[in-house]
Amino acid sequence: MKLNLKIWRQNGPNDKGRMVDYQIDGVESDMSFLEMLDLLNENLIAKGEEPIAFDHDCREGICGMCSLYINGEAHGPDRLTTTCQLHMRRFKDGETITIEPWRANAFPVIKDLIVDRSALDRIQQAGGYISVNTSGRTVDANNIPIPKKDADNAFDAATCIGCGACVATCKNASAMLFVSAKVAQFAQLPQGRVEAAKRVQDMVAVMDAEGFGSCTNTGACEVECPKGISLSNIAILNKEFLLAQVK
Amino acid sequence: MTILKSSVAKKVAMALSGLFLVMFILIHLAINLTLIYPGKEAFDAAVEFMATNPFIQLMQPVLFLGFIFHIAMGIYLEWTNQGKRSVKYVNSNPGAASSWASRNMIWTGLFVLLFLIVHLINYFVPFKTQEIHDHYALVTGLFKNPFYTLFYVLAFIGLGIHLSHGFQSAFQSLGTPREKCNKALVITGNIIALLVAFGFSAIAIYFYFN
Amino acid sequence: MSTINIKEGAPLKAKIPQGDLSQKWTIYKDKIRLVSPANKRNLDIIVVGTGLAGASAAASLAELGYNVKAFAFQDSPRRAHSIAAQGGINASKNYQNDGDSDWRLFYDTIKGGDYRGREANTYRLAEVSGAIIDQAVMQGVPFARDYGGLLDNRSFGGVLVSRTFYAKGQTGQQLLLGAYSALNRQIARGKVEMYNRHEMIDLVVMDGHARGIIARNLITGRLERFSAHAVVIASGGYSNVYFLSTNAMGSNATAAWRAHRKGAYFANPAFVQIHPTCIPRSSEHQSKLTLMSESLRNDGRIWVPKKLEDAVAIREGKLKPTQIPEEDRDYYLERRYPAFGNLVPRDVASRAAKERCDAGYGVNKTGEAVYLDFASAIERYGKEQAHLKGIKKPSKEIITELGRKVIEDKYGNLFQMYEKIVDENPYETPMMIYPANHYSMGGLWVDYDLQSNLPGLFVIGEANFSDHGANRLGASALMQGLADGYFVLPYTIGDYLADYIKAGKVPTDTPEFDEAEEKVMEEINFFLNNKGSHSVDYFHKKLGKIMWDKVGLARNAQGLQEAIKEIQELRKEFWKDVRVPGKANDYNPELEKAGYVADYLELGELLALDALNRNESAGGHFREEYQTPEGEALRDDENYAYVAAWEYPAKPYERYTKQVNMSDEILHKEPLIFEFVKPTTRSYK
Repeated sequence: MKLNLKIWRQNGPNDKGRMVDYQIDGVESDMSFLEMLDLLNENLIAKGEEPIAFDHDCREGICGMCSLYINGEAHGPDRLTTTCQLHMRRFKDGETITIEPWRANAFPVIKDLIVDRSALDRIQQAGGYISVNTSGRTVDANNIPIPKKDADNAFDAATCIGCGACVATCKNASAMLFVSAKVAQFAQLPQGRVEAAKRVQDMVAVMDAEGFGSCTNTGACEVECPKGISLSNIAILNKEFLLAQVK
Repeated sequence: MTILKSSVAKKVAMALSGLFLVMFILIHLAINLTLIYPGKEAFDAAVEFMATNPFIQLMQPVLFLGFIFHIAMGIYLEWTNQGKRSVKYVNSNPGAASSWASRNMIWTGLFVLLFLIVHLINYFVPFKTQEIHDHYALVTGLFKNPFYTLFYVLAFIGLGIHLSHGFQSAFQSLGTPREKCNKALVITGNIIALLVAFGFSAIAIYFYFN
Repeated sequence: MSTINIKEGAPLKAKIPQGDLSQKWTIYKDKIRLVSPANKRNLDIIVVGTGLAGASAAASLAELGYNVKAFAFQDSPRRAHSIAAQGGINASKNYQNDGDSDWRLFYDTIKGGDYRGREANTYRLAEVSGAIIDQAVMQGVPFARDYGGLLDNRSFGGVLVSRTFYAKGQTGQQLLLGAYSALNRQIARGKVEMYNRHEMIDLVVMDGHARGIIARNLITGRLERFSAHAVVIASGGYSNVYFLSTNAMGSNATAAWRAHRKGAYFANPAFVQIHPTCIPRSSEHQSKLTLMSESLRNDGRIWVPKKLEDAVAIREGKLKPTQIPEEDRDYYLERRYPAFGNLVPRDVASRAAKERCDAGYGVNKTGEAVYLDFASAIERYGKEQAHLKGIKKPSKEIITELGRKVIEDKYGNLFQMYEKIVDENPYETPMMIYPANHYSMGGLWVDYDLQSNLPGLFVIGEANFSDHGANRLGASALMQGLADGYFVLPYTIGDYLADYIKAGKVPTDTPEFDEAEEKVMEEINFFLNNKGSHSVDYFHKKLGKIMWDKVGLARNAQGLQEAIKEIQELRKEFWKDVRVPGKANDYNPELEKAGYVADYLELGELLALDALNRNESAGGHFREEYQTPEGEALRDDENYAYVAAWEYPAKPYERYTKQVNMSDEILHKEPLIFEFVKPTTRSYK
């Protein structure tokens, strides 16, 4: 099939950037969205033009490296899908597709469709861990039984891949879903409770300092999240935050 | 005030002030409904009660502050949140993932604020500055004006939309366990939204035609 | 028989401690030298790669007090490809009381590796496996649990016990995020300097010791120098030499290969794992293959049609798999290996699939796919659930519904992933699978200390060769990565560093750094000025095809010799005709790829050479000339019970000026001595 692409090109952080039109032919419906971009890049290289820079790695929806705001939605129109898992069978022959980078002041553009998401790492560094040394000399893993429901909920929260789609989607560029996923994972496990109060305050403080907006509960993040991270986690963060104030 | 530094704390404050205002609006609605049933005497008595009861008098400045805080904080949050994405998307399809009401709290809120100002000029100012004997006549009289009535109805539809998101959102901000409560909160929020929108509008329309 | 003359160098010694197998690690730990906390502050360590091995090592070393510089080519350590590991992690906890022990885990691993692994290393791995689970749980890794609140286990291929801990189909993700959190804690403390979007492109050797790296800042394109008292390579495997593999697009062998060029030996490159359960390829434009966890073989039954005409009809789309009656299906693994059935080791399962497809029974358009069917598992679980729920005489629909729910709980994310790629619902129609390159058992040679022959260079995780022999068992990669990083390297590296407590900072303004940076820059400029006519991917795809066709699932001497020739030709063409757009001092992914492929073009040849040299079949290395009458692998313990460690045949930078052939690599043998187990023919019947 044949497609019209409108793609954001930006030479570097200081370049102004603009949308550029491309035509591409020979796209197959079995291709993934990124393979379609590979094909476009092959064509560009053959013509002596500079290929389009985009982040990607595992191409199976788990590393969180790929991004892209496709036709006005993070990771494109499919639900519970990362860009690398989006397939061209989703689009029609002759369709026009717009492709933009994540937009948030906390995610400055590096080049074309690549943004700097290191702010997310810095939030994790503020408290996204349990302070236990890696000596292996702790207690036996079965020493503390954890109710299956708590373990399952913690797991669901922990499946966040840190892609930043929540930030890209949120009208306030808020990172609450991302932060709450980690806070909620640990808050629901006995091992994580010990530092729960400090963790939530430290992580929220860095989240604010990094220039993310605040949560207004629109719920868009949950809908666009490729891993279906639940808004429940934000409620848990809010509760933990309140509890931390009275501790 | 240092506690209010955090974005989460600000949201909690928005939620608490919002819920406080919901309480006020529901009481207000209950009083206004007496305009229709039982009627004039009951309404005047209720107004009299509100004007003289010491607890209500005590709450008046609190309510006033609640309004100011909710409005000011709402505008401030929207203003700063808007600044978190300086370069906008060329193509954005927010409707795919969230409700109109949730994204436009600032606009429904500002519209209600506009109404509030008009409302204060119409009722509250004369109420405080003049000696009014017939509250019933003052209130019902204004509904004879079709433009005013239309504005009034639209404002309360706006408030209803505001509440349809605001009510459940407030509980989310307060950390209510979502899995257990969300459904009930959404339903309650929508009932309150409908009550407020239709309740106030019905009174206005009733008196426009009667 | 090989016709290539292989030059042989001095044999290698692995420095295995004396004593009984189960005591070696304890004895070792008691005897090594320790570095005092005050001195650790003066020692720098570079860790290249932040997957399970790298992140766990960086965190642990920083906790001990060393100054760590960690490098990742992605934008965050959390992206490393360990994150994609699905099924689980083994540990000899024996929580199921089904007879497991350190010995059994060791024995299964060494046997699964077809007796081409090192006894002492493998035992140590089994010995520390339990601590990994304790550690991970303490870090908040949400493993699957039973209703009683204790940890759940499942089975993996090649074993008869349930020792695999898991977190749905995302165990790698959860363990990596655990290691990432430990790493973050040290970054916050300032003990780890994290360099994201940095790629190691050369190793700096001073006085015969690894003392630093040249890294390219992938954003600015600038070359940067980093020095340390020891360098740890944890950069993963080289499956992408096959172009299509289950590895991430960015997974590469460059760090390991550049170390090889600087003198580190590369061991057993021919031992690569071809995973039996991947989603089959569909089109020419395919950029990578996706794995479906081996855990699916717990519940899925593998089959192809019994009748050739049915297979043809399926390929032509005239027949659906669900229309084929039970008696016309060939559950070939259950037929051939009644004891292990669908849970035979990976190499056995892969070859069996290829055998059926080569015989014409393949079930997709390309003829390269077999079915993995969950219908009977859905029925079995459905009946069980109905019974549990007290439903008397449940209807077929209710059984199916209940059974699907169980399968969804266990493998939901995998089924969803499959449906997205193939556009078919695997709950209703059987999955199609086919083998694909997945893991490399081979890698840089290391001794018992995980130290390369090049002093100061340590290699951990998939990047080294050590623990899996000729075939890795499922759920053992995560175990090895974390064992190396958390519990082995932190001990062994101290013994080396004890000599350098008074050494002071290693300078970066030395002639060795100058030369390395200059040569790396030369290569970059060469690529950018070459202005050839083909993109990097063009060469990579060609190499991949040679590798898959002739150095893949089944190999023979003639094919391998052809492959070596063809790769040499392709390499010549690459250096003459490759085209790399863009600039040096800029973000330039094509330039990164050019470096990777230049290395793959050498590594691929060495892989073929190693396969040609090894005149036997062992694990993942199957030589058609060496098989039993039933088609099973035939080992030659008399002549090939050794690790083949290869030495780069030229000076590090000679490849820019003259043709360097990998068939000139020098072979160093490390004899494998089996003191505690007796190598037998693997039988899974």
